[in-house]
Amino acid sequence: MSDPQKTLIRGASPLGGEPRDLLLDGGVIAQTGAGGTLGAAGATVVEADGLILLPGLVDLHTHLREPGREDSETVLTGTRAAAAGGYTAVHAMANTFPVADTAGVVEQVWRLGRESGYCDVQPVGAVTVGLEGKQLAELGAMHDSAAGVRIFSDDGKCVDDAVIMRRALEYVKAFGGVVAQHAQEPRLTEGAQMNEGVVSAELGLGGWPAVAEESVIARDVLLAAHVGSRLHICHVSTAGSVEIIRWAKSKGWDVTAEVTPHHLLLTDELVRSYDPVYKVNPPLRTEEDVLALRAALADGTLDCVATDHAPHPHEDKDCEWGAAAMGMVGLETALSVVQHTMVETGLLDWAGVADRMSSRPAAIGRLRGQGRPLAQGEPANLVLADPAYRGVVDPAGFASRSRNTPYAGRELPGRVTHTFLRGRATVVDGAVV
Amino acid sequence: MQRHLTSAADLSRDDALMILDTAEELARVADRPIKKLPTLRGRTVVNLFFEDSTRTRISFEAAAKRLSADVINFSAKGSSVSKGESLKDTALTLEAMGADAVVIRHHDSGAPHRLATSGWIGGSVVNAGDGTHEHPTQALLDAFTLRRHLAGGPGGSPVRQAGVTDPLPGDGTGRDLAGRRITIVGDVLHSRVARSNVHLLTTLGAEVTLVAPPTLVPVGVERWPCEVSYALDPVLPESDAVMMLRVQRERMNAAFFPTEREYARRYGLGGDRMARMPGHAVVLHPGPMNRGMEITAEVADSGRCTAVEQVANGVSIRMAVLYLLLGGAGPAVTAPAAPTTRTEENA
Repeated sequence: MSDPQKTLIRGASPLGGEPRDLLLDGGVIAQTGAGGTLGAAGATVVEADGLILLPGLVDLHTHLREPGREDSETVLTGTRAAAAGGYTAVHAMANTFPVADTAGVVEQVWRLGRESGYCDVQPVGAVTVGLEGKQLAELGAMHDSAAGVRIFSDDGKCVDDAVIMRRALEYVKAFGGVVAQHAQEPRLTEGAQMNEGVVSAELGLGGWPAVAEESVIARDVLLAAHVGSRLHICHVSTAGSVEIIRWAKSKGWDVTAEVTPHHLLLTDELVRSYDPVYKVNPPLRTEEDVLALRAALADGTLDCVATDHAPHPHEDKDCEWGAAAMGMVGLETALSVVQHTMVETGLLDWAGVADRMSSRPAAIGRLRGQGRPLAQGEPANLVLADPAYRGVVDPAGFASRSRNTPYAGRELPGRVTHTFLRGRATVVDGAVV
Repeated sequence: MQRHLTSAADLSRDDALMILDTAEELARVADRPIKKLPTLRGRTVVNLFFEDSTRTRISFEAAAKRLSADVINFSAKGSSVSKGESLKDTALTLEAMGADAVVIRHHDSGAPHRLATSGWIGGSVVNAGDGTHEHPTQALLDAFTLRRHLAGGPGGSPVRQAGVTDPLPGDGTGRDLAGRRITIVGDVLHSRVARSNVHLLTTLGAEVTLVAPPTLVPVGVERWPCEVSYALDPVLPESDAVMMLRVQRERMNAAFFPTEREYARRYGLGGDRMARMPGHAVVLHPGPMNRGMEITAEVADSGRCTAVEQVANGVSIRMAVLYLLLGGAGPAVTAPAAPTTRTEENA
């Protein structure tokens, strides 16, 4: 009988390097050695020849939908999807029903995450009551709760009032928090349906101009510098935003930013189909933006990849464009999209992937035990991926309750074969267990 | 021809000419004592209107009825749609009722495309105006009207000639609009008529110039196959036709222009401006007109304004479109059963 708490990973390539053996025991990496040197000694053996070993992925931006929209996702189904995608920690966004703007709601989400057991769930708290942008939510209470909230965001809505944004940035300094801004100037995006440009002009769909994102980011990096606070920018989608963030970082300001997998791959040309599976906020941009985002992720201007996993029930996408909900699921395809857009283009190596999808997001969220080095004594939050795999995305096989993926039928490289959460396998041979 | 008509951009020059020529043929039916053909007998055409548009709906209704189709009018107001029924379920309902063609007017850009490509229905889809995207049958009737006036004279010349007062439009069968300069004036940003016309008129060989204040031109227009001018006066002497778009007065509340009066002064078409157009040039308006806003009564009521003709041409065009999408193979117009006997009126 093998000890379920004990696993020997044999011959994996840590960060794409030389084959190593790792013995997982007691929730940590108990022992490491050169490939083929460690004995099994009653452990479950995972033959990992040709598989890349990475620290478990960390998502800063996940919509788990519970409480309130359990028809699209629950904490349980969402964390199963996260595990399937190689994630060992996700940050649950606050735009639930009710909104996660009190200690009670964030503790509920946190508790559901603990009960699921597939992935650590770190709730994000709303910046303002009801995401209304008017009155600060009890940020301190959410931080002091069992959920220990450190990231605050009104994601889905922009904290557009400059004074409210300034106060939030200042206030969270008391407990090391960070405000994650959904940068969208509301007046410039009234009725917005897609990126404003050549394609929107032809399709007659309301434009969401790049300047509506960039102007808010410009304001907020200046505010963060003025009050000496930490700022995080959600789902950066334009080349202009990259320039502003690059400038802010060159000043030494404490600004971080994320990019979604879909903004690294897809463009607004896809909207010509009027298929709402491509409807997302911020919208798909142009090829020029995609290339600028990739370059910025490679050079570190953009700190990390965050999925903005946004599940929606079928009926909210099986309709005309204008009536459709915005958002895409992303947890189960993120690593494949990053391999496709960043690794196979030579922009990032696997160590870079580990940095952008695990270490840096864990650092931004100040998560303990996540995004750690692959070294003896570290928590065994790990993912094994097969980079040689080629397959067509089939939403029917998703662990998520929702199927609104823009990649259905598209061939993407790579596959998560195993995920370990503190030494316990949550995914074995590509299947959630 | 494809099975659906959702965008004027999908029409090749040959497709467009086939529709225009068929419409010429069908227009002659309107001159018969009995304005009805048996062509689409037993076929069902549904007018599915999610937006109020009496003019467009009755035009399609008249077209279908003249071809003997059964017509069902489905208005979203007061129907299951207002109770939250989705476009999909509405479509499945129409499909179950055996709709051969669905003429759809919808407030969302792309809704007809979605209906045509989703697999929800098997019949043909005709776009009767979607959001701020397209209105292909309007562009076709505009092209038809333009062709009659600008290529309906001897040898394909304009019918308006010096010394002739308000001549009748000619028959432009077989001709396109090569080299004709068409100016479209007004709220291009929100206009489905402008988008469809830019595609179709360009396909037919015309040179299109859009005239509007910069606020009412979409970002991205630089990739359209046309010119853009922010001033009307320099363009008028070069125009073979000027198409005035309806401008909603409410737009000024969103700061697209300061006041109605300023808009009318800078972009409205009055008698003075009309006088700067070449003698053969005509004025089009898709209706309904805002008299005193984009067009003065003097111009609207002049012999150079084709607005009323456009309404009549709309029926012929929609007959042609329904016939080509639904019937297609046989001749559109069969000879009347009894040979027409000319009554001697001046006996």
